[in-house]
Amino acid sequence: MTAAFTARVSAALTDPTLKTAIERTTGNARAKRAAAVAAWPSFEAARDLGRDIKDHVTQNLAFYLAAFERNALASGAQIHWARTADEACDIVVRLCRQAGATSVTRAKSMLGEEIGLPHALEAAGIARVETDLAEHIVQLAGDRPSHIVWPALHKTREQVREMFACLHHEPGGLDSVEAMVASARRELRQKFMRADVGISGANFLVADTGAICTVTNEGNAELTTTPPRVHIVTAGIEKLVPSTAHAMSLLRLLVRSATGAELTQYTTFHCGPKRADDADGPREFHIVLVDNGRTRMLTEGLEDMLRCLRCGACLNHCVVYRQIGGHAYGGTYPGPMGAVLTPVLDGLPTAQDLPRACTLNGLCAEVCPVKIPLPTLIKGWRNKSWRLGLEPRAVTLALRLWRFAATRPALYRLGTRLALPVLRLFARSGWARALPFASGWTGQRDFPAPARQSFLDQIKERRHDRA
Amino acid sequence: MSTPTSPAPRVALFATCLVDALRPAIGFSALELLEQAGCTVEIPPTQTCCGQPALNSGDQAGAAALARRNIALLEGFDAIIIPSGSCAGTLRSHYPELFPPTSPWHARAQSLAAKTFELLSYLHDIRHWRPQNLALPASCTYHDSCSGLRELGVKHQPRALLAGIAGLTLTEMPEAETCCGFGGTFCVKYPAISTAIVSEKTANIAATGADLLLGGDLGCLMNMAGRLHRQGVPVRAFHAAELLAGRGHGPAIGEPE
Repeated sequence: MTAAFTARVSAALTDPTLKTAIERTTGNARAKRAAAVAAWPSFEAARDLGRDIKDHVTQNLAFYLAAFERNALASGAQIHWARTADEACDIVVRLCRQAGATSVTRAKSMLGEEIGLPHALEAAGIARVETDLAEHIVQLAGDRPSHIVWPALHKTREQVREMFACLHHEPGGLDSVEAMVASARRELRQKFMRADVGISGANFLVADTGAICTVTNEGNAELTTTPPRVHIVTAGIEKLVPSTAHAMSLLRLLVRSATGAELTQYTTFHCGPKRADDADGPREFHIVLVDNGRTRMLTEGLEDMLRCLRCGACLNHCVVYRQIGGHAYGGTYPGPMGAVLTPVLDGLPTAQDLPRACTLNGLCAEVCPVKIPLPTLIKGWRNKSWRLGLEPRAVTLALRLWRFAATRPALYRLGTRLALPVLRLFARSGWARALPFASGWTGQRDFPAPARQSFLDQIKERRHDRA
Repeated sequence: MSTPTSPAPRVALFATCLVDALRPAIGFSALELLEQAGCTVEIPPTQTCCGQPALNSGDQAGAAALARRNIALLEGFDAIIIPSGSCAGTLRSHYPELFPPTSPWHARAQSLAAKTFELLSYLHDIRHWRPQNLALPASCTYHDSCSGLRELGVKHQPRALLAGIAGLTLTEMPEAETCCGFGGTFCVKYPAISTAIVSEKTANIAATGADLLLGGDLGCLMNMAGRLHRQGVPVRAFHAAELLAGRGHGPAIGEPE
């Protein structure tokens, strides 16, 4: 319960349009995903397969990384290794400078957000053009993504219309969604063609071909990676799959879980730079492989999380995310997957509220396409938080008292006998509107008056009566 | 496992700390239903708490201390029956995780887990008990509490049992399987988020127009009933076991005795 988190939650809950914006997108996503899953009889078997593919790679990471590097080099790509976010950003900025780039286009990548690439490019004085429509909206607004699939989910279309009207050079009529998309297209099209460097992420790194795979619904990744002279890929090392066939198995899970569609509009495998007889393509193709805490997750009981496909299903189904949205989480990744990943990236003291602000209802694990036991991993962070003494003093004191009493039945019974009449004093016609030390409950709910006598005491009396 | 024709199983009723202190009617309902279902019921008088608050707050040592205590207290029975999905889930799914596989407590926790049941699913699936001669002219809606639903598969059993009450009609609410925002200590650690969640739940409940809100976990029921009462929505809340034990004519949660 840090002040920063409380303030962000409060801002989210009092935002007059946020809830509408969240529910429009996530409600639609939930309904479409449910329909897609219902129409796929072997979905459960596919989830098991997806889990097994990712686990196999995680357990043989060194082997597949070496294979990927070998095959990517053979295709003419250049490979760079980054241990940390800063190293990754330094490599990208250096490559941009070497290319003499003044402007770069970027296709949406959560890894890019994770390593702080937008900020690093800005600091280096390199103009950055976000080409994903939602990222374009986020960039225009000077904002941060609030969802890993729909970065501008927190904006209503009414808000976007207003912003396009002010900030686009030729907004034209913006009376329909189509007209708004056309306005963004006019704004972005020339920038695509003028960029010196295109930067993308990768949904998969295919070990046996050295290719990287991107999936989008707008085609912006293709326009980001093809016209510029240089294509730079930043990808987390957990994106590895053994072969294209494995990528296809995971792709079926990823797309249905994210949007409910069977396939994204654009699914592209990029393999090496432009060859002599290719019509187009970048002259240089760089792949930056980023660790940034991932190998540490292997040794800290978080290896299951390395299966994550970044589909966003756990966000869409999370009751907490649905109320507070993505910004309140404070990190790159929100929702249940963010509650597991953000403590890795930002440290548990900073992110301590995220694993705690979860009802452990288990729906996230139920919808996860690769069966990540998210509630178990979240509880793992709570255990660590307790051991590190990060839990609020009032909570640890209350639980220690509770344990002391609950392991001493006579004391526990005496406590119940004393507490019940006191609690009843606060109730009027069955309900208490306020209770000492319980404002968290009674702030917005009434508390039912307890029984005159506890169940166990009543049972004891009955036994006496019978005897 | 026993059927109604085999010798009566000796079962322990673990009431849960909430039922013990706040709503004994659920404990008495559970006792009567288990007896109707042919069980010999004992209520271990030194029972306290399953340890869930410690378990979910990261206090593994505290949870393990309560787990050891409950294992020793309950392992001699044929079955342990709990009128709560989340407390039953704690014994069934989480006690074994508290001990390393090499510890003798691990094996004891596993054997206890195998014979621990949530009340309504035990009555329906194991004892094949069905309500007889029960009538209550009312409409109801049912909230599926998360732990019972996802850890123990409690979904159709309460509905099948409630269908045996003449005159009772069930109207499903939208998102019956969505968390009510209780989450144990979550609701007092993050009251603003919890209130936002439960307010959506109460809107869904009210939209059904049902007279009664039913469920299988007192914590969730208190959360929803407490919010409904604060909002002035006249939906009355009961644990499903209370209706099945013929107590649907009595006071609902929060109504004076």
